[in-house]
Amino acid sequence: MASLKALKLRIGSVKSTQKITKAMKMVAAAKLRRAQSNAEAGRPYSQRLSDVVASLAGRITIGPESPRLIGGTGSDQRHLIVVAASDRGLAGAFNTNIVRAVRRAADELIGQGKDVSFFIVGRKSRPVLQRLFPGRISGQHDTSEMKNPTYADAQAVASEVMRRFENGEFDVVHLAYSNFRSVLAQEPTVDQIIPVRPSAATAAAAPTTASAVVEYEPDEEAILADLLPRNVAVQIYRALLENQAGFYGSQMTAMDNATRNAGDMINRLSIQYNRQRQAAITTELVEIISGAEAL
Amino acid sequence: MADLRFELVTPERQVMAADVHMVVVPGTEGEFGVMAGHAPFMTTLRDGELAVYRTAGATPERITVGGGFAEVGDRGLTVLAERAEA
Repeated sequence: MASLKALKLRIGSVKSTQKITKAMKMVAAAKLRRAQSNAEAGRPYSQRLSDVVASLAGRITIGPESPRLIGGTGSDQRHLIVVAASDRGLAGAFNTNIVRAVRRAADELIGQGKDVSFFIVGRKSRPVLQRLFPGRISGQHDTSEMKNPTYADAQAVASEVMRRFENGEFDVVHLAYSNFRSVLAQEPTVDQIIPVRPSAATAAAAPTTASAVVEYEPDEEAILADLLPRNVAVQIYRALLENQAGFYGSQMTAMDNATRNAGDMINRLSIQYNRQRQAAITTELVEIISGAEAL
Repeated sequence: MADLRFELVTPERQVMAADVHMVVVPGTEGEFGVMAGHAPFMTTLRDGELAVYRTAGATPERITVGGGFAEVGDRGLTVLAERAEA
């Protein structure tokens, strides 16, 4: 049985922990609102861009001389997975979920006899991946200095990935991030970004835009060649934004839980403390009374 | 004549969405003006200035844009630029 003093100290420490988690929750809530509006502001651009790329891709015939970003390298042996996670922890299962999705995708590819390597954005996924897939991390982008992801960051990641793609270091690039559904639901997603694979949604939207007779300047292929690298950067940028929003959402939920748990713990400890105090008083009284009676 | 639906979007935000009279866009192969009813058209952009005429004869608003493309469709003109500064 802990002494009264020890209990009191314990209650004090849980209380200060609760203060911290409460503060973190509020901060996360405030930042979430920012991140969420950023993520929403970024959606029209990436949506339009992928629509256009899909409609253009439907118009040209993919041959050996078409851009490699869309036609692929003719092989799908070497895969790169760009893993976008967060730089900070204390966000519940946020990073774990991303890593788990990555792991599943990677295991599947390795099972098919493919080579898989990783490119890390955000340092939290690094230790786990290093342990699970030693020696497969081929690069990373340091995001520890950035507060909010900017397009420049995404461009830096994209140009690094593109440069290595052009050097022929890999054939297929996937992007793993957490899709921000709502504050409570973040969905870890692994998308293929190189070569471009028109998703079902954009493929369905494509015929409507393609039906009109559109004049292209310069021509379809030149436009496409210009847009594809941009598309990669934009997809990465979108992933970073979604991640950011998802991270704060996840952190807010986690900190809310922690605050509530701390509250429960304080209640339990207080009850224990009061019981012991009372027991001590009772014992003391019994001692005094029995002492008086003995006289 | 009806106004032209004009949207200028960067990856970071929607810079402008308005009904305007005419927009002059710096395309890769030369500047071109778009008014309502323009034929479907798509081009990449070069770095340059976008001139937005809110009404006929008004002084244009100039917006510096860089990298991206412009699309004219039934829904009007959409400019997707990587950078845009008024």
